[in-house]
Amino acid sequence: MVLAGRTAMWWARLRGPCPAAAPLSLPPWLPAGPVASERLYSSRGKEKLDMSTYPVESIRNFSIIAHVDHGKSTLADRLLEITGTIAKTDRNKQVLDKLQVERERGITVKAQSASLFYNHEGVNYLLNLIDTPGHVDFSYEVSRSLSACQGVILVVDANEGIQAQTVANFYLAFEAQLAIIPVINKIDLKNADPERVEKQIEKLFDIPIDECVRISAKQGTNVEKVLEKVIEKIPPPQCNTADPLKALVFDSTFDHYRGVIANIALFGGEIQKGHKIVSAHTNKRYEVNEVGILTPNEQPTHKLYAGQVGYLIAGMKEVTEAQIGDTLFLYKQPVEPLPGFQSAKPMVFAGMYPVDQTEYNNLKSALERLTLNDSSVTVHRDSSLALGAGWRLGFLGLLHMEVFNQRLEQEYNMSVILTAPTVPYKAILSSAKLIKECGKAEITIINPAQFPDKLSVSEYLEPTVLGTIVTPHEYIGKIIALCQDRRAIQKDMLYIDEQRVMLKYLFPLNEIVVDFYDALKSLSSGYASFDYEDAGYQTADLIKMDILLNGNPVEELATVVHKDKAYATGKFLCERLKDAIPRQLFEIAIQAAIGKKIIARETLKAYRKNVVAKCYGGDITRRMKLLKRQAEGKKLMRKIGNVEVPRDAFIRVLKRQTDK
Amino acid sequence: WPYCRKRCSYCNFNKYVVPAVDEAAVRACLVREARTLLRLSQVQSVTSVFFGGGTPSLASPHTIAAVLEAIAGAAHLPTGAEVTLEANPSSAGTPRLAGFRAAGVNRLSIGVQSLDDAELRLLGREHTAVEARQAVEAARGLFPGRTSLDLIFGLPGQSRDAWARGLEAALGLCDDHISLYQLTLEQGTALATQVWAGALPTPPQDLLADMYQTARAMLVAAGFRHYEVSNFARKGALSTHNLSYWRAEQYIGVGPGAHGRFVLRGEGGRSREARVQTLEPDAWMREVQSQGHGTRRRVVLSPLELLEEVLALGLRTDEGITHERWEHFSPHLSLDAVFGVPGQARSLQQQGWLLLDGGGLRCTREGLALLDSLLPDLLCQLQ
Repeated sequence: MVLAGRTAMWWARLRGPCPAAAPLSLPPWLPAGPVASERLYSSRGKEKLDMSTYPVESIRNFSIIAHVDHGKSTLADRLLEITGTIAKTDRNKQVLDKLQVERERGITVKAQSASLFYNHEGVNYLLNLIDTPGHVDFSYEVSRSLSACQGVILVVDANEGIQAQTVANFYLAFEAQLAIIPVINKIDLKNADPERVEKQIEKLFDIPIDECVRISAKQGTNVEKVLEKVIEKIPPPQCNTADPLKALVFDSTFDHYRGVIANIALFGGEIQKGHKIVSAHTNKRYEVNEVGILTPNEQPTHKLYAGQVGYLIAGMKEVTEAQIGDTLFLYKQPVEPLPGFQSAKPMVFAGMYPVDQTEYNNLKSALERLTLNDSSVTVHRDSSLALGAGWRLGFLGLLHMEVFNQRLEQEYNMSVILTAPTVPYKAILSSAKLIKECGKAEITIINPAQFPDKLSVSEYLEPTVLGTIVTPHEYIGKIIALCQDRRAIQKDMLYIDEQRVMLKYLFPLNEIVVDFYDALKSLSSGYASFDYEDAGYQTADLIKMDILLNGNPVEELATVVHKDKAYATGKFLCERLKDAIPRQLFEIAIQAAIGKKIIARETLKAYRKNVVAKCYGGDITRRMKLLKRQAEGKKLMRKIGNVEVPRDAFIRVLKRQTDK
Repeated sequence: WPYCRKRCSYCNFNKYVVPAVDEAAVRACLVREARTLLRLSQVQSVTSVFFGGGTPSLASPHTIAAVLEAIAGAAHLPTGAEVTLEANPSSAGTPRLAGFRAAGVNRLSIGVQSLDDAELRLLGREHTAVEARQAVEAARGLFPGRTSLDLIFGLPGQSRDAWARGLEAALGLCDDHISLYQLTLEQGTALATQVWAGALPTPPQDLLADMYQTARAMLVAAGFRHYEVSNFARKGALSTHNLSYWRAEQYIGVGPGAHGRFVLRGEGGRSREARVQTLEPDAWMREVQSQGHGTRRRVVLSPLELLEEVLALGLRTDEGITHERWEHFSPHLSLDAVFGVPGQARSLQQQGWLLLDGGGLRCTREGLALLDSLLPDLLCQLQ
């Protein structure tokens, strides 16, 4: 890894476009003195704001990025209070995090933005705080949010120091060439050690110690200083109102009454109600109904101008019409779309089934409504002989999957069976016949049933991720062993201070999707942090493994595994099945097989005695009820050959083991 | 009789250990409830009477006599009708047993449970092996050919050999009827709590199956007929009363927590009812005193529910369910029509667990030990 080189480049970039040390001159068109201190928010009603008083020079667009729980949302709350955007009360906790799941997990899933008005040295500034999702599962969304910014506040906990997500977020900002303001938060804590964290920041990110701002977002200490730094260090957006309209969609939400609300950043031109606009991605045309800024609730304005950030409502019916990363321009005035647009690419797949099939339609409509607000989830209908009708869902990552599931439960009161996650494998076909059938030589395998035979494949590929682990050094040995067990290859190891080490490993994604994070947390007593980013595909020795019951394959348990992991996985599945299937009248062989070769076996012995000892004139009603319940249960069992498998046996084998 | 002197470690029966029982009051209520229920059922003739429950041998012969007189007064009780009393070895001395015989009891079922003192202590029994032997000998003297004894197997830590030795000893002692019960760990009992907490070993499944098969072989070799899952008899000494349960005949339950299955002809009823009497003795007595009986719950059994009981109970016996008896409960659909057609029952026959022939439907020797695994399939097919 060429950390030093990259950091040097970053400095060059930062010092280039950003007039960090340059003295600010007062823009002549701005009213000075007491007028300037008049707070625009105080007159917030339904009357429209005039945004023309905020030219590009007085605008700062920035994000806050941080590891989970380092205080991003608390800092945002304080910034909102100081600028008068929200009233100062004790109740402001995670104001921008509106979802229950966000508040519970202390993470941001859905980015919210807020425009802050702030007077500094006589100048009225428009500070647009563009919130980002707090996890690199959402790295594409993070990078889109960041592309609307010119700078970031990087928050690091004064006690915990740099964590894996701090590193990942730093590089996202760094690669986007943004100005970075390091902030050390929670200095009020007893164990706070800001000196150590400053040294870490210097060592890892090559940012001089004196650049760091020490704050306590909770108590409000030094928060004003952060705002000053934002104004001083972050350059205003480089764009012009005279140019044709060029607006980046960096987020979208769905409102049942008003349709899609797209969050946009203007890279040129201006926009107002009545404008006819076109999406560069879909080429669809819309008429603008409303524009405005977020404070953080929607506040309509007459217009939005180049450099500003706000929202737009234009009769879009589905969130897919306002894809994140899309560029909007005026009808008949096309512009070069902003770079980097790509559709969200699912990295983790899992089957989702209603616990009770009669709930299918309710779950279906809940899924439809939830995906309205989260277009990054892909949904394909699927069915399983054991679990009934359901879907195969694609997620950006593990956290995304958990959050989605939690939102289904909390916001739609749905309880579902979620199968163990799998990753999309690929195969390069060698058989001409198969290539013709598929229409292409490289196919993606989501379902093990589609796994092509080795004979017609030149190579199999598996997705990989570059994982970052930050840990106290005493756990290194165990963590290295864990990573090796997960087929990971070490790419880097760096002491970020005397006690903490940062490790980088290239992981097969499949090796971390199920329980890696839990294993890491438990062997480091919770101290190690982990984050990862997409690292493309690599060739892999993949095989399809079948599970057999008395020689008959169980379709829903077929899995694609790496050859080195086949035995362990097969043994594990057989053992779990053995515990999950009740004894029957005959012996049952539970086997894992690759082709014709059996690699693991468990034997479930036959029942030899099963009859209640005492049965007289006593309570036979209770006994009959029990027998009838068993009889009803039999009807729901899935028969594989002559073996009866209860549905919950599949659930116990297929569902994820760990709940974080 | 719902009272016991001591709580056994394995028993979850509806029983009460109280310092003093107002026997006269209990007696009056038993008599009154028996009369009321017999009148409601309009039964003409009673074929057998069974005094069971907690420890009936703790009741005085006078109480037993009073109940029998009440029955004989309300319905016909033939002279030869089987009248069984459950007795504990600790309350079964010769004079007492003679008193019961004088009261009308003609069959005795003795709760020996084990002939090993350590096992008896584990079971929380009051008696010793010596007392058990004495009780059986006293009973055989008074009720020759009509004394039964109960044994329990599958105790935590018990080996197959220990069980075989115990059974051998019992064979040397017993009369013509013996009941062998595999220990069932019941929720809420001291023994189950200890086993589930790991303080005592759980008897392995296969060992229990071996113990059962060993016992079957030994008893059959000694001339016994294995006529029900847990019951063995020779010289025709089958329990008439218990057979009537397995043959799904009508019965009236009298006393706290007793269950009954009968048609309420007295109320113009046509379908059989499942009835349960109030569990708690004092509450039961109050109800009997005010209404004549203490029935707490009554549910009319549907024809299907009745057939389900016929099936689940009948298959416990070696005779199974005869065509004749099935026809009595199901005049329109024969055994062959239900279980002889392709389906689960047929494949169970092919696998050698069940037999359907001229004698009716019954379990094979192997099938009987697995009846509870067969019944769900059969119930499915019956529906």
